[in-house]
Amino acid sequence: MNLELHVWRQPAPNADGSFFTYHAKDVSPDMSFLEMLDVVNEGLVASGGEPIAFDHDCREGICGSCGMMINGVAHGPMKATATCQLHMRRFKDGEVVWIEPWRARAFPVVKDLVVNRGALDRIVAAGGFVSVNTGSAPEANSVPVPKQDADDAMDAAACIGCGACVAACPNGSVSLFTAAKISHLGLLPHGQPERDRRALRMVAQMDVEGFGHCTLFGECQEACPKEISIDTIARMNRDYLQASVMHRGEKAVAGTG
Amino acid sequence: MELRARVPSGPIERKWAKHCFDMKLVNPANKRRYTVIVVGTGLAGGAAAASLSELGYRVKAFCFQDSPRRAHSIAAQGGINAAKNYQNDGDSIYRLFYDTIKGGDFRSREANVYRLAELSVRIIDQCVAQGVPFAREYGGLLANRSFGGAQVSRTFYARGQTGQQLLLGCYQALEKEVAKGNVTMYPRTEMLDVIVVNGKARGIVTRNMVTGEIETHLADAVILGTGGYGNVYFLSTNAKGSNATAIWRAYRRGAAFANPCFTQIHPTCIPVAGDYQSKLTLMSESLRNDGRVWVPKKSGDGRAPNAIPESERDYYLERKYPSYGNLSPRDIASRAAKEVCDEGRGVGPGGRGVYLDFFDAIKRLGADRIAERYGNLFEMYERITDENPYQLPMRIYPAVHYTMGGLWVDYNLMSTIPGLHVIGEANFSDHGANRLGASALMQGLADGYFVIPLTIGDYIASSRPEPLTADNVEVKATIESVRERTKRLTSIRGTRSATSFHRELGKIVWEYCGMARSAEGLKKALQLIPALRKEFWDDLLVPGTGQELNQELERAGRVADFLELAELMCLDALQRDESCGAHFRIEHQTPDGEALRHDDKFTYVSAWEFAGDGKSPILHKEPLLFENVALVTRSYR
Repeated sequence: MNLELHVWRQPAPNADGSFFTYHAKDVSPDMSFLEMLDVVNEGLVASGGEPIAFDHDCREGICGSCGMMINGVAHGPMKATATCQLHMRRFKDGEVVWIEPWRARAFPVVKDLVVNRGALDRIVAAGGFVSVNTGSAPEANSVPVPKQDADDAMDAAACIGCGACVAACPNGSVSLFTAAKISHLGLLPHGQPERDRRALRMVAQMDVEGFGHCTLFGECQEACPKEISIDTIARMNRDYLQASVMHRGEKAVAGTG
Repeated sequence: MELRARVPSGPIERKWAKHCFDMKLVNPANKRRYTVIVVGTGLAGGAAAASLSELGYRVKAFCFQDSPRRAHSIAAQGGINAAKNYQNDGDSIYRLFYDTIKGGDFRSREANVYRLAELSVRIIDQCVAQGVPFAREYGGLLANRSFGGAQVSRTFYARGQTGQQLLLGCYQALEKEVAKGNVTMYPRTEMLDVIVVNGKARGIVTRNMVTGEIETHLADAVILGTGGYGNVYFLSTNAKGSNATAIWRAYRRGAAFANPCFTQIHPTCIPVAGDYQSKLTLMSESLRNDGRVWVPKKSGDGRAPNAIPESERDYYLERKYPSYGNLSPRDIASRAAKEVCDEGRGVGPGGRGVYLDFFDAIKRLGADRIAERYGNLFEMYERITDENPYQLPMRIYPAVHYTMGGLWVDYNLMSTIPGLHVIGEANFSDHGANRLGASALMQGLADGYFVIPLTIGDYIASSRPEPLTADNVEVKATIESVRERTKRLTSIRGTRSATSFHRELGKIVWEYCGMARSAEGLKKALQLIPALRKEFWDDLLVPGTGQELNQELERAGRVADFLELAELMCLDALQRDESCGAHFRIEHQTPDGEALRHDDKFTYVSAWEFAGDGKSPILHKEPLLFENVALVTRSYR
């Protein structure tokens, strides 16, 4: 099949960008969306042009590198599917496809479809962990975890950090990403000692990074390739509220180092 | 070059404990005076960077992805082994050690493997404490599943996303240290060379992939956790970005490359569908717990799978290997699949596929239980193939997955360049000629969390690195050579893309240095590869410049290195005139078609030393001494 692509091209972070039109010819329905772009790029290189830059790596839907707005929808038309796992059989011959990078203030464009998602790392660095230094852990089975809690924690931990939730949100909020981590660790006994601290710090970092506020549109969970539930946001809000009320000042920094 | 393995003396159960005591320590207050570079942020690199920082070292960590969380460890599906013996089925550290040595077809170093088995139990403790949501039983304790090459259930798992969850544990520990200011993280930064000063590794040269800037980073020790080189084959289960540049550049600076021909072909991957295909997708080995592998008995049987009656199916793994059945080790299962396809009994387009059938398991357990165990894998399969594995058997075929070979390291995980340490898949150390399933995650984390934090201290305390600045002659020469090479890649302005060369290289290596190798084929490959490499340097086309984000340039540099490494792989495969594990030389097989080792001649590690461009590399041999296990012919029958 043949497709008409309108692709956002932007040479550098501060440069102006615009849509360019390309014709993808003889596309096989068994190709993935990224393989279709590979073929377009091979053609561009062969004809002396510059290929379209896009992030990708595992192409198995787990690394979270890829992601683009396809006809205005984060990761394209198929539910619960990252761009690399979207196949061309979901498109029709002759279809016009608009391809854009994630659009959010906190994700500046680096080039073409590549954006800077460093803000997500900084949110995790603010508190998305359990402080347990290597070697200090007790025997694994010494703390039983109810299966239901472990399963719910796993559902939240499945987040791949792609940023689709931000791109899909009309406010550019990163709440689903942050809430998924707060829920994952908050559901497990191992995450309890830092539960309050984690909620306060991660929520504060979202604001620092310039993400918008959550008004529960729910677009994020629709776009999420791992179907993280918006219920995690309720959990985050509850943890944050409780932590704000119960907050006690730290007497000293932990550790001796 | 001298290969000193530095294996401690004493009984195998005591070696590591003794070594831990014998190693020199760096005083806690002095650690902050030393900088350690860690390249790669997968399980090995991420764990090392976090753990070294916790100890007090200053750490600079590098990855080419936009975030350390995206390293390819994330794609590991099935699980991680540990000798916890939670299932009361007779597991022990010694059994895990033995299974790993045997699975590797007696081509790995006993002491390293024993240490790996010993540390496996602490890995699980550490990960659980970090909040890794492993699968659990109703009583709240950890669950296990079985994996190939073992008759005990010792694999811990988090659905089909074990690698992801373990890596997120590592990554979170790393970000915790970044927040403390002890780790400086350099994402979208690719290592292009290692800096060797006075014979010691003292830093790296990198390219900032956004601005194109070539930079030097100096340190007191360098650790490479940069993964394997399976992408030599173009089509593999590795991520598109996975590459050999870091280890290949280190090889060219004097680090010996060990057993390059030991590459693992994983039996259960989704078959190739077309020429445009960019990568292959693994279907976890854990599926073989419940799936049954079969092909039609008749060659050329074109019927749909469900129309073929039970009596006309050949469950060839169960038939040939009754005691391990569908859970035979990877090398054996892969070769068996190739064999039935070569006989014309393969299924699907091109006849390169076999069935992995869940019909019996669904009948026995119900579709819900199967969905709980493998739901995400079934979905992934359906997305890619448009076939529903609950109704039709999966079609699978072997694909390149892992490389057991890598840079040679001693017991301290240090290469032949003092100060250059190599961890995880990037080194050669623990899996011999074939890796067992669920052991890669174990090795990456054992190296990163528990081995390297101690051995780096020993290196620093005993070598006491001297101060060094960027105006040193050797530092300047290294950065200059990197600039030169980058310029050369962008100035050829020929007609062919790096990918087109890569695809062609992959076909050569798959054909002649894949699942079955022969002297004749390898000699042919050794002619084809240099010719292709010459064409690459004459006719490569890289658009754009080096001073910007340029993905074609990144690719070209990696393909250039694959074009050299592929030749070394073929040379090694030709030199190792025996079959062992995944290295199957058709000249050396038993009457039943199993790998036939020649222990009298080849019980050694082949470690190759770079001798200069256009010169044959020099082979060094590290003899393998087996003091605890007897070398026997592997049997999974």
